[in-house]
Amino acid sequence: MKSTSNPTSNAVVLNGIGKTYENGAVVAVHDVSFDVRPGELFGLIGPDGAGKTSLFRILTTLLLPDAGTATVAGYDVVKDFRAIRGIVGYMPGKFSLYQDLSVEENVNFFATLFGTSVDENYDLIRDIYVQLEPFKHRRAGKLSGGMKQKLALCCALIHKPHVLFLDEPTTGVDPVSRKEFWEMLQRLKEQGIAILISTPYMDEAMMCERIALIQGGSIMSIDTPENIMQAFPATLYAVRATDAYHLRMDLLAEAFTESCHAFGDEVHLTLHTEGIAKAAGMEDVVAAMRARGHADVEIREIAPSIEDCFIRLMGQHHA
Amino acid sequence: MRTLLFLLRKEFRQIFRNVTILRMILLMPVMQLLILPNAANFEVKNITVCIVDHDHSVGSQRLVTSITASGYFKLALATPSYRDAMQLIEADKADLILEIPNGFDRNLVRDNKQTLFIAVNAINGVKANLGAAYLNTIITQYNAQLRTQWIQPTRFGPVSQIEISALNKFNPYLNYKVYMVPGIMAFLVTMVAAYLSALNIVKEKESGTIEQINVTPIRKYQFILGKLIPFWVLGLVVFTIGLLVMRFVYGIVPEGSVFLLYGFAVVYIFSVLGMGLLVSTYAETQQQAMFVAFFFIMIFIMLGGLFTSIDSMPAWAQVITRFNPVRYFIEVMRMVVIRGSTFDDIKMHFLAVIGMGIVLNGWAVLNYRKTS
Repeated sequence: MKSTSNPTSNAVVLNGIGKTYENGAVVAVHDVSFDVRPGELFGLIGPDGAGKTSLFRILTTLLLPDAGTATVAGYDVVKDFRAIRGIVGYMPGKFSLYQDLSVEENVNFFATLFGTSVDENYDLIRDIYVQLEPFKHRRAGKLSGGMKQKLALCCALIHKPHVLFLDEPTTGVDPVSRKEFWEMLQRLKEQGIAILISTPYMDEAMMCERIALIQGGSIMSIDTPENIMQAFPATLYAVRATDAYHLRMDLLAEAFTESCHAFGDEVHLTLHTEGIAKAAGMEDVVAAMRARGHADVEIREIAPSIEDCFIRLMGQHHA
Repeated sequence: MRTLLFLLRKEFRQIFRNVTILRMILLMPVMQLLILPNAANFEVKNITVCIVDHDHSVGSQRLVTSITASGYFKLALATPSYRDAMQLIEADKADLILEIPNGFDRNLVRDNKQTLFIAVNAINGVKANLGAAYLNTIITQYNAQLRTQWIQPTRFGPVSQIEISALNKFNPYLNYKVYMVPGIMAFLVTMVAAYLSALNIVKEKESGTIEQINVTPIRKYQFILGKLIPFWVLGLVVFTIGLLVMRFVYGIVPEGSVFLLYGFAVVYIFSVLGMGLLVSTYAETQQQAMFVAFFFIMIFIMLGGLFTSIDSMPAWAQVITRFNPVRYFIEVMRMVVIRGSTFDDIKMHFLAVIGMGIVLNGWAVLNYRKTS
């Protein structure tokens, strides 16, 4: 499929995109701007209800934005929606292929809708399709969750799109299939296809080249995962004791605590670095917790994860 | 064009894969056409009558015989006690009481005048009305017989009498099935076209496949045609099955042209599909679509003239029927099949249905644009 878009321009550009529902009562997306570069794997990271799906629907021309402009492969999402529909691949969060058609029939059907055939772009989907091949006469509705995702990816790729939009492709998929799925994406990236992917799983953010952290319809931070983690402004400690629940409550009660969140059986803690509560070190924390009756108190300094960054940004955002 | 072909192929593949629906499409017309016309019969028969004969004369016996011999009445009880008869009415075992007074025969001869009493159980209004009317007719006939017997023509000169004899045109034996079968066929075609098309599109909405389709370069008109054409074909298949059942089971041979019937069916299905399409643009779930479509089809059928004559509806209801496509199809079916009407007779019907088709489909397509 040919296109007249400028190859040096960004694959996706958003400029102050806004969208509200129910006559402005519900704000889905507010003033969102970011770019996805050609051939980039860009992650949109945020919890459920953050506005990820609304952004995807705007970029895939299924929804009209209320404010701002956006382009995909140089085409405006409002004016040139028809051109965009021919050159993007979209995989909605919910499995949306024909459950009563077989694997093969689904792939062929979507190929013909884009005026192409499976053979024409077979090299692009080969890695994925060989895994589906044994089930090609099975109806799509009877596939396992992981297989469904692979089939959906095949159908989204069948016309060699310039940009691939994947809305929470790994939600509800087992860990092994999730890992496989990300490996497939890395290979696709090598083919030069720009990929915009959303996920609520913070650990998957590390697989992206750049990420945007989104919360409540607004972007909190856009950078590479490494830069976002380095930008974490405080020293982070992991504290552990036998009673993790009360440990967190007791830490929150201390004056030196700046923030304190439960992570599994640990508590991630940052300390005040200024003011009267300053100067607390690891020993002070341990001593304070022992004084409150906690046994086996351990503390160590850790590198912040994306999730730590996300929670911290979320706190600032609300303040 | 190529894309449309692929869409149609996909659509038919899905329909043929859904065995339940396919079975319904083929079986429903046959079953309904076999059961409904035989069961839904408006002729009132088997009216149970109690005769309270206080007279027991030759004259009263002759009256009773002519009532029971008419074929409409079943004698429930012949009793000399009015109370016994009333008890049967109260138990809902009798519909009518005819009381013949004592000295009926003698007084009729002597006074040239006599009174009979009819009590009607009006719980079943239709049966009561018709029963009383039938009974009146029989008594009037009986009366007329008596007069011709007694009156001596030579003495009084000829007595002028008006005798009415009715000829039933187009359906000489007043065969109820000839009237019902074409109407039921119209109803069946409506069901298949309106329900299936509405549900099918909403199903795509529910499963999210419509989103996936919308992100492809496929054009709206291609998608809509891809949905309409299969149900158009199915509607005509149902119509054909109906025609075959009508011909070979009921032996009804259309008086008019079969091609004219098909021509009208093609236009009519287009119009009804528009209704299904319109419902599907508003409904978000198959449940909603089902309910809304059911609501409209109910009204269309009730106000379609299938069971009750449109001419006897109140004026406001008759106005509503003008906007009811089902009405036109039922009328055309009856006109062409029973009366042998030609295109010239039904051209206004054509116009009305085409108009509705354009409005419904146009509205649906516009609404489709807006929501995506």
